[in-house]
Amino acid sequence: MADEDLPISPTRPRPPSGRGDLILTVEDLHVSFPAEQGVVKAVDGVSFEVCENEVLGVVGESGSGKTVTALAMLGLLPRTAKLSGSVRFRDQELLNLEEKELRLVRGAEIAMVFQDALAALNPVYKVGSQIGEAIKVHHPEIHRHELRERVVGLLDLVGIPNPADRADQYPHEYSGGMRQRAMIAMAICNDPDVLIADEPTTALDVTIQAQVLEVMERIQDRTSSAIILITHDLGVVAGLADRVLVMYAGRPAELGDVETIFYRSEHPYTLGLLASLPRLDQDEPDVRLHRIKGQPPSLVFVPPGCPFHPRCDFARLPEPCATQIPELRSLDDPSHVAACHFSEEVREKKPEDLRPVVGS
Amino acid sequence: MLTFVVRRLLYSIPVLLIASVLVFFFVRETTDPLARLKGSGNRDLTLIQRETHRLGLDKPLTTQYGRWLKDFVRFKWGDSLVSGRRVSTDIRDKLRNTLQLIFWGIVASAIIAIAIGVYSAVRQYSALDYTFTGLSFVGLSMPPFWFGLIAIQLLIFVPKETFHLQHPLLYSVGIHSATNHGTLDYVRHLILPVATLSVQLVAGWSRYQRASMLDVMSADYIRTARAKGVPRRVVLFKHALRNALIPLTTIMAIDIGSLFGGLIITETIFGWPGMGKLFFDAINNGDTNVLLPWLMVTAGFIVVFNLLADLLYGVLDPRIRLA
Amino acid sequence: MKARSREDLSSGRAAAAVGSAALAELAHDHAPIEAGAVAGVEPEARSQWQLFWRRFLRHRLAVVAGGTLILLYLAALFAHQIAPYTLNPNLGDPKVLLQARHGPSLHHWFGTDELGRDQFTRVLFAGRISLVVGLSVALVSTTFGTIVGGLAGYVGGLADNFLMRVTDLVLVVPALAILSIAGKASHGSVVTIVLILSVLFWMPIARVVRGVFLSLKEKEFVEAARASGASGFRIMLRHMLPNSIGPITVNATLVVGLAIIAESTLSFLGFGIQPPTVTWGNMLAQSEGSVGTPTAYLIYFPGLAILITVLAVNYLGDGLRDAFDPQSTR
Repeated sequence: MADEDLPISPTRPRPPSGRGDLILTVEDLHVSFPAEQGVVKAVDGVSFEVCENEVLGVVGESGSGKTVTALAMLGLLPRTAKLSGSVRFRDQELLNLEEKELRLVRGAEIAMVFQDALAALNPVYKVGSQIGEAIKVHHPEIHRHELRERVVGLLDLVGIPNPADRADQYPHEYSGGMRQRAMIAMAICNDPDVLIADEPTTALDVTIQAQVLEVMERIQDRTSSAIILITHDLGVVAGLADRVLVMYAGRPAELGDVETIFYRSEHPYTLGLLASLPRLDQDEPDVRLHRIKGQPPSLVFVPPGCPFHPRCDFARLPEPCATQIPELRSLDDPSHVAACHFSEEVREKKPEDLRPVVGS
Repeated sequence: MLTFVVRRLLYSIPVLLIASVLVFFFVRETTDPLARLKGSGNRDLTLIQRETHRLGLDKPLTTQYGRWLKDFVRFKWGDSLVSGRRVSTDIRDKLRNTLQLIFWGIVASAIIAIAIGVYSAVRQYSALDYTFTGLSFVGLSMPPFWFGLIAIQLLIFVPKETFHLQHPLLYSVGIHSATNHGTLDYVRHLILPVATLSVQLVAGWSRYQRASMLDVMSADYIRTARAKGVPRRVVLFKHALRNALIPLTTIMAIDIGSLFGGLIITETIFGWPGMGKLFFDAINNGDTNVLLPWLMVTAGFIVVFNLLADLLYGVLDPRIRLA
Repeated sequence: MKARSREDLSSGRAAAAVGSAALAELAHDHAPIEAGAVAGVEPEARSQWQLFWRRFLRHRLAVVAGGTLILLYLAALFAHQIAPYTLNPNLGDPKVLLQARHGPSLHHWFGTDELGRDQFTRVLFAGRISLVVGLSVALVSTTFGTIVGGLAGYVGGLADNFLMRVTDLVLVVPALAILSIAGKASHGSVVTIVLILSVLFWMPIARVVRGVFLSLKEKEFVEAARASGASGFRIMLRHMLPNSIGPITVNATLVVGLAIIAESTLSFLGFGIQPPTVTWGNMLAQSEGSVGTPTAYLIYFPGLAILITVLAVNYLGDGLRDAFDPQSTR
């Protein structure tokens, strides 16, 4: 498949040293909530690994379980949530860890950036003091002056102009992009080993998005922390990620290097996502926009077998797609797995094969 | 912010002015200052005529209003038609007593309501939460005057009977005992009136605070604070409560204004010599010289408290303050 | 409790002046109901009514409250049949006097007063008045308030402004004071008291309805109706009013309770309904002197009657509010 076949392509240069050590391992994570209609299986058996210095993109629609996974790692889910599985951070099991211990990890070793910065920042406290709080909680002995210096320095690092003045302002006085960058500053203030970014650009204009992503890249160059980038935007993933995890209905659909995922996807859902990207560069007026037919499934009444089967172009019904849950398996490359019974077929297809031509 | 205050104060003047017109006409239409005179079987028509003329009641209402307003703003409020004392002195003295009830009422109610609200929100659906909610409903469904009566009966007389006390635990009449003017005596007189005044406040405020806390606790910034590693207790009091208090503070300030209504009941039942009792007596005696300034003074208080409420909201919420 | 505008504060003020935190909550919580399905779950095809009933029936307390109210109103309706004694016995009769000052007993469930009158009978008949007053005030004030508020909200502009200024003004003076003066001047007939109370209670409702209509005005279906040539009146009646049923009903329910408390307070102070018409309020006025005496039981029963009635009203209102709009925080 030629590189020009995709409107966007992975651009992230690989660090010369390759991937660093393994620091975070998630194994068979299950998260469920009791709800009015039954039990919501928000996350249904997700596993992945994250190494130092790498960017893992987690892709999926709303309701695919991406955010819940991230919150589960830090123990930020409501008390009604039931968790099982394992989340190991540097030999420490985080799942069901005591609050006292978890607090030491949160914000210091694993930090999180949230989606809507206006809602995620406390409106009654100054931005500077909120960032300062993040530092002081983990370094209680720090002096006021040093704290202030650090805060201003962080704001400067993320590219906020006049950081000294801005530190004394309130969140509503910032623009959207600045707020997001302030949130990033707050997350990295203690040099975390893992930075989880939950849809950091979704609420922003496209031009601002680019700025924020650029900040994140710069951060990573400096701190060599791992980033888990949660998004539904493939463009963001292409620019920043090393590896990609595609989730669907709380389950992993596909996991692999970013190039492999983009050029040799083995899961129909991934292919569908890629095919839905609008093409502005191609001059084919008779090609319609592709969309994946159907709706995301209810997480209470998950379709039997493969959860994607009602919407899948490759599905063979009823056997096996509607009856057997596909396991993650690799074809040639052990670092690339997909949960599909017919991944060999899928691999042969290109995204535009899915696009309907007008008149057909 | 200063411009805001000034602007609001200036705006209050026409409001109070219009209110004074409405109040004046309303009181004059409904209350006859000579009711006592006429009612006591007095057939002396010349006396009635003379009094009518003396009080200027034979002039058209608008003229009467003009005269009254002129005197009112110069604090020449005349004498009570009943006691003959200067109205301004009367009101000043009674106001001092009433303000004690208001002050303690608010302080006690605020502390209790906030505590209950926070607890109920943090331990939502616990047995105590349901109990508090139930009690709030009861508090809101009870006429406050009845609470006063029941409290007197159950907390003063029943214990006195049951335990054969010489003196009751608490008092129900006035501010001080005839002989004893100490602090303990004062407190014993204060408790029940304050409680009666507070019942509805605590019931309403605690529910409001609970709802406000629940709202705030599910906000994103609370999750952010926890994700930073901030301890639970700090998250609760520094992040959540601070935000949850904002709407509550304004409700509290608003309720203070309408507290004057509740005072009428409370002071009448407990014989507390304050504005409420003054009003009650004035109505029964048709004492318009007292009624009119009374209404204007309380209106003034309510306007000021509402202004304070808005100010407080601005102080607490930077989004409004800097808008 | 989101960041509130000045309008919300004023509406809250209106309701608070009337003495209800519940109404205050309503004043800024009046988002029209949109039939939405929970994300990802197949919605069962059900009419709005059925949804409403299902939600309502889930609140056991509210259902019990509703049942209690029905019973109370029935008891009031059939007071003549239920009452064991006559309301106004021959007061000079020595047989009657002999019964005076008896505490609760098998013969007199609620005891007798110093004139020998059976208290249960009196509470029963007083209930008639109080319940009728509550209902009437709610009906009158809701009708008037809805009309005025709806017009103000729909027409907007000067009319709207005027409404706001008027209601603002009246809030400046303590409500009970005005009610007392008016009540005293009115010679205390039931009808007059109902009217006086309605004059107070129509305002919070007007503000709520105004708010709802204002927010609905912006919605697309109103624009569509207007574009298709519907008259303003028709739009208000067929589109906006049905959407406001929720807040209006809840509000009206709560007003019943507030009116009962207001009437009893006025009557207690002597500015409300005058004897010989019995209400719970003036029964308490008469028995106030019994506090601390052996006939103290006289204060319990009328007060309990008020408490139970208003409690039922409030629980019912709460259940209704949840049934109409399940998104409000409980």
